[in-house]
Amino acid sequence: MNSAVIHAVTDMAPEILRLDDVRVRFPVSNDWLGRPRGYAHALNGIDLQVRAGETLGIVGESGCGKSTLAQLLMGLVAPSSGTLNWAARSEGQGSSNVQIVFQDPQSSLDPRLPIWKIITEPLYARGHAPRGQMRDIAARVAAQVGIRAEYLDRFPHQFSGGQRQRIAIARALSSDPDIIVLDEPTSALDISVQAQILNLLAELQRARNLTYILISHNVSVVRHMADRVAVMYLGQIVELGSAAQVLEQPRHPYTRLLLEAVPRLGVPLQAEQVAAPTELPGNRRLPEGCFFRERCSLCTAGCEKPQALLGEEPQRVRCHVQG
Amino acid sequence: MPTSTPVLAIDNLSLEFPAYKNNVKALNGVTLHVNPGEIVGVVGESGSGKSVTAMLSMRLLPERSYRITAGSLSMLDRDMLAASEKELLQIRGRDAAMIFQEPMTALNPTRRIGRQMLDVIIHHQKISAAEARLKAIALLHDMHIASPEQVLDSYPFELSGGMRQRVMIALAFSCEPQLLIADEPTTALDVTVQRQVLLLLREKARQKGTAILLITHDMALVSQFCDRVYVMYTGAVVEQGLTADVMSNPQHPYTQGLLSGLPEMVEPGQPLMTIPGQVPNLAALPVGCTFAERCAHSMPICAQRPSLNPINGNEQRKSACWLPVKELS
Amino acid sequence: MSVTLTAARGPRWGEKLAYLAYQVRRSPLTMAGLTISFIVLLCMIFAPWLASHDPNALDLGARLMPPSAEHWFGTDEVGRDLFSRVLFGSQQSVGVGLFVAFASCFIGGLLGCFSGVIGGRFDALIMRLMDIMLSVPSLVLIMALAAALGASLFNAMLAITLVRIPSYVRLARGQALSIRQMGYVKAAQTFGAGRWHMVHWHVARNAMPPLLVQLSLDIGSAILMASALGFIGLGAQQPTAEWGAMVATGRNYILDNWWYSTFPGLAILITATGFNLLGDGVRDLLDPRQQGK
Repeated sequence: MNSAVIHAVTDMAPEILRLDDVRVRFPVSNDWLGRPRGYAHALNGIDLQVRAGETLGIVGESGCGKSTLAQLLMGLVAPSSGTLNWAARSEGQGSSNVQIVFQDPQSSLDPRLPIWKIITEPLYARGHAPRGQMRDIAARVAAQVGIRAEYLDRFPHQFSGGQRQRIAIARALSSDPDIIVLDEPTSALDISVQAQILNLLAELQRARNLTYILISHNVSVVRHMADRVAVMYLGQIVELGSAAQVLEQPRHPYTRLLLEAVPRLGVPLQAEQVAAPTELPGNRRLPEGCFFRERCSLCTAGCEKPQALLGEEPQRVRCHVQG
Repeated sequence: MPTSTPVLAIDNLSLEFPAYKNNVKALNGVTLHVNPGEIVGVVGESGSGKSVTAMLSMRLLPERSYRITAGSLSMLDRDMLAASEKELLQIRGRDAAMIFQEPMTALNPTRRIGRQMLDVIIHHQKISAAEARLKAIALLHDMHIASPEQVLDSYPFELSGGMRQRVMIALAFSCEPQLLIADEPTTALDVTVQRQVLLLLREKARQKGTAILLITHDMALVSQFCDRVYVMYTGAVVEQGLTADVMSNPQHPYTQGLLSGLPEMVEPGQPLMTIPGQVPNLAALPVGCTFAERCAHSMPICAQRPSLNPINGNEQRKSACWLPVKELS
Repeated sequence: MSVTLTAARGPRWGEKLAYLAYQVRRSPLTMAGLTISFIVLLCMIFAPWLASHDPNALDLGARLMPPSAEHWFGTDEVGRDLFSRVLFGSQQSVGVGLFVAFASCFIGGLLGCFSGVIGGRFDALIMRLMDIMLSVPSLVLIMALAAALGASLFNAMLAITLVRIPSYVRLARGQALSIRQMGYVKAAQTFGAGRWHMVHWHVARNAMPPLLVQLSLDIGSAILMASALGFIGLGAQQPTAEWGAMVATGRNYILDNWWYSTFPGLAILITATGFNLLGDGVRDLLDPRQQGK
């Protein structure tokens, strides 16, 4: 599928999720009365629309807030301000059509449950399907991810890492979701297994018309799977656009820094002329103005003001110099 | 080609872990050399034996848990397999050092960094505590750490992952070892930090003439960083050579499979090339070539295990495969 | 998708037993513990068939006889055969010990799991209650309870069970707290699982291994405690044979009739040791394998 076709499809597709200026902060270090002395500002104004059937990639390093975003999407945390709107379903039911696949297949599966129970656990937890049919549902979904029915009574430790991730994917599929959040789905897997899992995910998306939100620090995986990409830095989206555009012609200085650091086959490691400080500023006290100011080579007048996400859909950049 | 004695020489090493019924054959005839001053990469997936090789090189595996069934391992001309505990205490940290993937587990979380660094420095060099502290500050400064005194007074949890790894590297270089073994040193780090750490490693190694043995699963990293590379599968080396050669013209079907399965090898949205099947059970390895059952080119002769054959007579470029040499354009 | 992926064939029951036997054989102490416990359990179950006499049959003509071919362990002050009484006594001491250990493990484990999962005020309340129970010396508490409720076997069992619950509650709660951090529990949270589902599906079965280990170690001391209660007269009442009571009565006759206290005392010693060794063995079997997985 070439990019132009993808754009056409996703521009016409209905919006199924919308985040408007979502902010999330967590209280830290309570004083003796229990009042918080400070806050960790995990998300600082996220504006995002997700369209049905697309794969949205979220790229960023540790501390950028992508795990908090995943928790927010799964309903585990509530926004401190801003709104989260799921299309065609009310707030309370919103989480039922979103499922998640975690990074570590080892710890995300209960070692003491047989896999057919693991796969149908979302249905049990909500009481959605009659008990008698659970095993059949498990068998059907397991077949779709390549696990044979005769293995349904086995336990997770009897499977390899790649197979466990398939089980985790089957679990995400069993309740027939519309959206699946993939939180670093292949980071814990070997390269050859990663290829199999990525192919499986692509096939499932086509067969079931799923929407994926892919959170990953692995740029080549995101480039391969995503239609659109959002780059996060310190709780904000600093660049948003089509995968080809953001990952091959990045505009925001942070995106450029990030992509330049990604090792590429055959490209030798060049020492940089200026050793840029690479520590992420903490999120207790947010920097004034542009969050990236201290590390940015293009810093000029105007950067001390808070930056807004400029530009029109589909390409947006949070930088007044590049926007 | 350097003709001096290799810093690390592993020859035809086979190792197994005794288990209940069948022994787990973790290493099956590994031959690997690291020459002074070079950066060598070992690439493989789970079960390839790369971490076992690294741990064994420093004799870090629990003593009773394994059995060497063949071969030898020598570091700086000393037989590591027969070395006594006393000799090992001298070698570790001074002649050879190791850094691991997760620096949080390598550092004691209940003691300050300064205390831990001084312990190591004083153990190997008979200098006073004050001198050792100055040395520690100089080492941290070398690692481009802006405020070394502050770091020395911090606890590990107060530092970021990248800082901790830099402290570990500083410690590793403190006694100017001849060999540094790095087991997935940057896997747990962000990509921008990873880049800094690698640049630092290379800079220090070149400066002090230290050889580096880098264990990783990341092919792109190897292609950027290592002079030579060994590709391992089920406890044996299946291909070796100069990195540029192996990456651009892989001879062994497994290496070819690994490289062609990378997402950057196909157009976005197209299915990725996969290697069929899965890694065989190390307790029940197939006879002959262990990759044959997954290989698209397997032939009757693959029932005999191929040895590492030089390609075109080049002793440095080898592949363990019966297939004739193919040139990729 | 026609990828045939083979998962490791799960070990069949026969193989699992063979592996277990292999591990047990490697530790002679565990073997000893297993043997002793097995023999004691056999005695307990088959006492009616193994006993040479009726344990309650009086024979005033044969009072305080030393061990002989007729009475292997001698007789007591009313002529009852001590061998038979020791055999039947196992039903009291070991039976009570086993019941108490299992009951306290079950109740304490469940309470601890819920306490850990629910958290908040409920958790705080339960833990303070357990702290109070733990702060009183156990024997004193048992005596107080048994005295208040009246001396009988059932009340003794109740008292001992209650006193042993707090350690299980703490153990289970600690397990529950760490299991709550596991990935699969967070995953269950994302499916909207409630607390009952958490405990039922995840916490209970993953908290089991340390609880089982504690249980196997506890049986020995539960037996000792039951005997201790019998010794002070708060357990099964006469004429029921009970090891602790026999040791107590035997004190009056011990200077001239060594066999009276000795054989029940040896029975207590050997049984408790046997179960303790078994408990150690179970701990060794379960713990390293957890890491090995």
